[in-house]
Amino acid sequence: MSQQRIPAWITVGVIPLANILIAAIAAGLVFLYLNINPIDALQSMVSGAFGSGYGLGYTLYYMTSYIFTALAVAVAFKCGMFNIGGEGQAYIGALGVGLVCLGLGGHVPFIVLLPISIIAAAVFGALWALIPAALQAYRGSHIVITTIMFNFIAASLMNYLLVYFLKPVGTMSVESAVFDRASWIPQMHEVFAFFGIRIAASPLNLSIFWALFVAFAVWVFLWRTRWGYEIRSVGSNTSAARYGGISISRVTILTMLVAGALAGFMALNVVQGQAHQIKLNLVNQMGFTGIAVALMGRNHPFGIVLASLMFGFLTQGGSELQFEYSVDARIVVVLQGLVILFSGALQHMMKHPIERLYLNYARRRDANADDQHPAEA
Amino acid sequence: MDMALELRGIDKRFGDVHANKDINLQVRQGTIHGIVGENGAGKSTLMSIIYGFYAADKGDVLVDGQVLDIKDSKTAINAGIGMVHQHFMLIQNFTALENVILGAEDGIAIETSLDKARREMERLASEYQLNVPLDVPVEELSVGYQQRIEILKALYRGARILILDEPTGVLTPQETDHLFKVLASLKEQGTTVILITHKLREIMAATDEVSVMRRGEMVAHVKTADTNQEDLAELMVGRKVLLRVEKGEAEPGDVKLAARHISLTDAQGVKRLSDVSLDVRAGEIVGIAGVSGNGQSELLEALAGIRNIDSGEMYLNGETVTAGTAIDPEKVRQLGVGHIPEDRHRMGLINTFSAYEAFVLGYHRDASYNSGVLMSQKAMIDDCRAKMESWDVRPPDPFLKTANFSGGNQQKLVIAREVEQGHDVMLIGQPTRGVDIGAIESIHKRILEMRDAGKAILLVSVELDEIRSLADRILVMFDGIIVGEVPADKADERTLGLMMANIVPDEIKALQAEVSA
Repeated sequence: MSQQRIPAWITVGVIPLANILIAAIAAGLVFLYLNINPIDALQSMVSGAFGSGYGLGYTLYYMTSYIFTALAVAVAFKCGMFNIGGEGQAYIGALGVGLVCLGLGGHVPFIVLLPISIIAAAVFGALWALIPAALQAYRGSHIVITTIMFNFIAASLMNYLLVYFLKPVGTMSVESAVFDRASWIPQMHEVFAFFGIRIAASPLNLSIFWALFVAFAVWVFLWRTRWGYEIRSVGSNTSAARYGGISISRVTILTMLVAGALAGFMALNVVQGQAHQIKLNLVNQMGFTGIAVALMGRNHPFGIVLASLMFGFLTQGGSELQFEYSVDARIVVVLQGLVILFSGALQHMMKHPIERLYLNYARRRDANADDQHPAEA
Repeated sequence: MDMALELRGIDKRFGDVHANKDINLQVRQGTIHGIVGENGAGKSTLMSIIYGFYAADKGDVLVDGQVLDIKDSKTAINAGIGMVHQHFMLIQNFTALENVILGAEDGIAIETSLDKARREMERLASEYQLNVPLDVPVEELSVGYQQRIEILKALYRGARILILDEPTGVLTPQETDHLFKVLASLKEQGTTVILITHKLREIMAATDEVSVMRRGEMVAHVKTADTNQEDLAELMVGRKVLLRVEKGEAEPGDVKLAARHISLTDAQGVKRLSDVSLDVRAGEIVGIAGVSGNGQSELLEALAGIRNIDSGEMYLNGETVTAGTAIDPEKVRQLGVGHIPEDRHRMGLINTFSAYEAFVLGYHRDASYNSGVLMSQKAMIDDCRAKMESWDVRPPDPFLKTANFSGGNQQKLVIAREVEQGHDVMLIGQPTRGVDIGAIESIHKRILEMRDAGKAILLVSVELDEIRSLADRILVMFDGIIVGEVPADKADERTLGLMMANIVPDEIKALQAEVSA
């Protein structure tokens, strides 16, 4: 008998779906406890997230942010590092984007400004990741600890800058001036309107295309370039990488620079695409949620795009729930938590039974096939 | 004679791997019974079933003629089965005595247990030549002593059937001889010993009867006196094998690789190499013998640029490298020095990578594997496929994960990768560790072919047979120094064994004095 293998569609299709199904059942129990019919709740989540142009716009807007922050986790993970600093890296990336928009907005055409703000997002995010990276590479300080600390430093730094430098004189709220319109990344309803099509207004903007492109580029980078090869080598087997002439510290730094840049891109969506000003706490936990998205997307760019859509749905559908049933806003966090629990922490719970089920099925199928061709020997 | 242990129709599957197929085995009371087989033949699975780590899918285990339902290792121990694992299960900072009573304490007061154990240990020591310092932490004892403690542990728990899994892998020849004496005296007192090994010489030296496993099946049971190594090898592999490759005279040329007074201290501050000097010429194989952990790994890694030396000088195929010179494995490769690392899992391969990816490790920046910013998939895959064909790697599938190849085929991948680069100097560590007999033969042939093609080869191996059959000159290492040099024709087991314990026989001293004079 030939050795049976588990086909890919089971690993990347059936098992994650089974995990989500269990999470949904668990969520259903929570709704029952809250005296909400789970089917109704699901319906209102789905219609809230996908049922209208407005809702869909928000879902995809959240998805865009999650793609960036999750990629920032995944790239580091491929090198064997746990980057918990997406929150801070995105926040500092926002500073870069904001400075470019505040300084150049209205003075240069958008087509010139956009590449500069993209570079600024990347450079500011990357620099914020550089210090923890260098500390790990040359001093052995653990990246988990340093990136967490850098989130707090970033928050304090932004607080300080907003209060003392960026806040226009005479305003009460802690936020920068609104950027010049000419620096805004066009929102999707504006783009459609330009072509004469009317869709509902939502914060969804052109950044989503950049996110999808970047996800593809990350895949190429990791699996088709020698730098990606080195990153994956270090992540899989450090001593083999060293044997292969790969400098561990150099790769550590390169990886974190890329991760920081990816997190920084999140600011394009949130700051240049939606808020149009630097605000306090603008990352709003999306850097942390990116960890969960990366986990669920199995640290693969294509998986992350799908997982980001899922989390976009949870975020938008969850706020719809809050609207409709006036449940606590943190229901979104509960739902995300359940998804993380079952497809992250317990992701192997369903693996074994499903694989065994498949193997039994395959064995029986092979046995039947053998019965029909007994001459083959 | 009575059967101490009998297996009837033992069958075990792991998913689709049929590890044990309908195994029958009879081990007579008071004999030493060998079990041989290649890696993956199912020996360890079988022993784990006897010791209660796994449950068999089918079949019966009989101890002293009674069917025994072995649910866990406790049942096995109570039935008088003792096991000495390949990797010792000792607590390093406990003394021998504390290790022996661990899990077999009587009552709550530890002192009474220790006193009882001490009396028992003294009795066993005199009866079976199993002397061990009882009050020294285990970490300060040699592996030979540690193994004796494992045996004592089993005997203390009343073992009448003692299973030893690959017991000689870490021992010097002298320690091995002593172990066999211990086993013989255990046998005299009526203990039954089951010896699992892949070393045929040991089977011939120590056992009364031998069973051969191949691919999960028991293929033969013979009396040791009625067989020989060649026949056993053939039974294990299923075809005729050459145990020793034919080798012509070496024709040494210029020095291609040299070390001059190199010393190395590791990250823990332990001195690993002290004042090591050696020469390797084109067209010769210089073997480094020694018990594992005496500086061979560090020497190889220093020459390969993986570790930095504290002092001294290295000569790598035309380039002199002194302590403090920035050197890394990539640069060493560019100088024409290839390195087959000792441990393919830890260093030679990346188990999660496809074969073609692992096949470019260390050469992944070469222009031939890259076009612009992208790596050329086609170049890597074609190259890997071609080398898999010419090195007979099975299956010849560049996309298969490295972890899914057998040990021998993984090793061929590593050797092919390094050899096919056409380096002038090869650093080779444990080329056949965990490799099947059939594959050993072909790897040895390839190494000799390289020598005959004029490569300078430094060979580190803990298998004395391998060193003796391949090397033209043998250096013996002990505790980071080179104890001495032995020409291949003078290298008998006794001489090497003594030198591995830092005792240089007079005739070798005389020989060395002659050379240096």
